[in-house]
Amino acid sequence: MSLLALFLVVAGLGLIGWLTARMRAVAFRRGSTARFSSLPSHFGGYVALWTVLPAALFLAVWAATSPALVTNSVLKDPIAAQLPPPGFDRAAILSEARSLAAGTSFGAFNPLAEKLAPAYAVAQTQIDWIGTAVALLLVFATGGFAYTRVRPDFRARTKVEFVVMGGLLAASLIAILTTLGIVASLLFESWRFFEIVPITDFLFGTHWSPQVIDPADPGATLGAVPLFWGTFLIGAVIAMIVAIPFGLMSAVYLTQYASGAARRWMKPILEILAGVPTVVYGYFAALTIAPAVRDFAVSIGVTWASSESALAAGLVMGVMIIPFVSSMADDSLAAVPASMRDGSLAMGATSSETIRRVLLPAALPGVVGGVLLAVSRAIGETMIVVMAASGVATLTLNPFASATTVTKQIVDLLTGEAEFDSPKTLAAFALGLTLFVITLLLNIVALTVVKRYREAYE
Amino acid sequence: MTISNQHKICAKRVSVYYGAKKAIDDVSLNFDQRYVTALIGPSGCGKSTFLRTLNRMNDTVPSARIEGDITLDGEDIYDPSMDVVQLRARVGMVFQKPNPFPKSIFENVAYGPRIHGLAANKTQLAEIVERSLRRAGLWDEVKDRLSDSGTALSGGQQQRLCIARAIAVDPEVILMDEPCSALDPIATAKIEELIHELNGRYAIVIVTHNMQQAARVSQRTAFFHLGTLVEYGATSDIFTNPRQERTKDYITGRYG
Ligand SMILES: Nc1ncnc2c1ncn2[C@@H]1O[C@H](COP(=O)(O)OP(=O)(O)OP(=O)(O)O)[C@@H](O)[C@H]1O
Ligand SMILES: [Mg+2]
Repeated sequence: MSLLALFLVVAGLGLIGWLTARMRAVAFRRGSTARFSSLPSHFGGYVALWTVLPAALFLAVWAATSPALVTNSVLKDPIAAQLPPPGFDRAAILSEARSLAAGTSFGAFNPLAEKLAPAYAVAQTQIDWIGTAVALLLVFATGGFAYTRVRPDFRARTKVEFVVMGGLLAASLIAILTTLGIVASLLFESWRFFEIVPITDFLFGTHWSPQVIDPADPGATLGAVPLFWGTFLIGAVIAMIVAIPFGLMSAVYLTQYASGAARRWMKPILEILAGVPTVVYGYFAALTIAPAVRDFAVSIGVTWASSESALAAGLVMGVMIIPFVSSMADDSLAAVPASMRDGSLAMGATSSETIRRVLLPAALPGVVGGVLLAVSRAIGETMIVVMAASGVATLTLNPFASATTVTKQIVDLLTGEAEFDSPKTLAAFALGLTLFVITLLLNIVALTVVKRYREAYE
Repeated sequence: MTISNQHKICAKRVSVYYGAKKAIDDVSLNFDQRYVTALIGPSGCGKSTFLRTLNRMNDTVPSARIEGDITLDGEDIYDPSMDVVQLRARVGMVFQKPNPFPKSIFENVAYGPRIHGLAANKTQLAEIVERSLRRAGLWDEVKDRLSDSGTALSGGQQQRLCIARAIAVDPEVILMDEPCSALDPIATAKIEELIHELNGRYAIVIVTHNMQQAARVSQRTAFFHLGTLVEYGATSDIFTNPRQERTKDYITGRYG
């Protein structure tokens, strides 16, 4: 029986368990005036969970371990003695034999695989039977056990609640564990990188050209400072010069001046702007803004302006971030108590004085937190810079010159064809780790600031 | 009835609507310099609404609409030529919940003088701040910590800070909307004492739910009910010898 079919059978049995338990509970509730702690559906759920969960858990473990068991028993076959020693060849033969046995391929490259195939088939069938038998046994044992507990005074409700809670916990753990896994793999690969390239060369070197790496001194051309600078220039300076004023002003307009009707149509539009795929912004940056910026630069006499300027990427990134800044600022302004505004107006201040002197200062921590979050977003943003920024790392203050970012370089490093243990490829992980650490710190600081601020007005 | 411009504030046939709902119905009431007037009445009867018409704070409520005339020293405050900024400098307001700005104590008091350009230089500004804090009876408590945040003070101190903030622009009238309802009895006593001291200098209009307070601090009392003015007269008369049955019921506590 295939695994899927087995799962379906177990699920079906679970359904039956649910129905019978429910019927039994309905039966003992009928004719009784006592109050029950659990509804029939709780009993049903309880039995169904006991029927399905243990068997499903077993099957999950089994699915992971049974291939190894099969291989083990095949290796006991006399023919297996002819296999080459453990290594790539041996693994190739075994996997060929496996697919022959499973019927997913017909004919093997290696004659030994054909000989091993029947042994594989036998072992597979055996293991499958064992798996099926144990699973069904579990279904009936645990399901039956649960069914015997369906009694009026049994608190099925709390047990079911407990499992529901466990399921929710597991769901939330998955995201956390995945993050941990990502961090671990980043750390691991970065470690390998730093075994080849000294961390000081990487963090403080000012020359970045991964295309020409000198094997004797790989750190010489893997200095990431120009990337950090480019990222900072594009994401934290240019983008913020656009996003902060426009975001703030739109928030001030929306919260303080806009009539209900204006607010009703402007807010959704801003939110839609936040939902535009970044690749679309990327086109816009590369095809429209970048040439315009270059033409403008030429017209004001900057003859060597790059068509992949930091300014173009930064401007578009700033526009992308406006809705984000605006909505953070909007929240912060809305969190300032109305009594502040009234107090200021009652002193004879005008609306704009009230906003400048009372509301914005009061909302400042929230706004600052929002801006930090926005920066962390901007420096992690990839698509716009992949499409519009340059691949050449230059250490420049000039916004018309080409600049590159960490994310852009990660993409470039990993899209070439390179072995997975060259310093060039590993550098991508070190860059990723650096970016991760920076954004993590930014987010922590930002969230702490915002939280403190919220508490101040509780 | 005397000629209107002998009174500090003169409200004539004032009605206020929130959308279609009438919150104040045809109220005429005068306030005089050097008098404390108490507005009393059951919750929701429109005391705050009426008070806020006197410095046009109802302008900040989009649905609010007013009918009738209100004059300050004979000038119609709802006249289009009236400068709301000036009006509110002349008619200060203290709110129910202390609402100091999240700025230093000094900056809180300096806020109004700065906006209205009342001080020519730093020294003058510091003088205004000190004078206002002294009048509000807060100076001795805060003189060593003027740069601390105003929100770090106790509730009673915050309310006195708000009073200092209001008097820093030298208003002619001070409106107070239940200024003590968020304070304990000791802080309340301090504020009442302060009202006594401010009495000679300003016209004060105070909304209160506390009958004893109204009796203690005011010389005149107006009783509102369901948006109408039921009775207005000397505080001693209202409390000892009310002419209207409804007033009597209310002040003797037989009424919600
Ligand atoms: N912003 C507003 N929008 C609509 N209706 C309002 C608004 N403010 C007050 N009202 C209504 O106007 C009426 C008078 O309210 P107001 O706040 O003036 O009463 P009050 O006498 O001050 O009551 P309290 O003693 O509880 O403070 C109430 O019915 C209230 O619901
Ligand atoms: Mg009120």
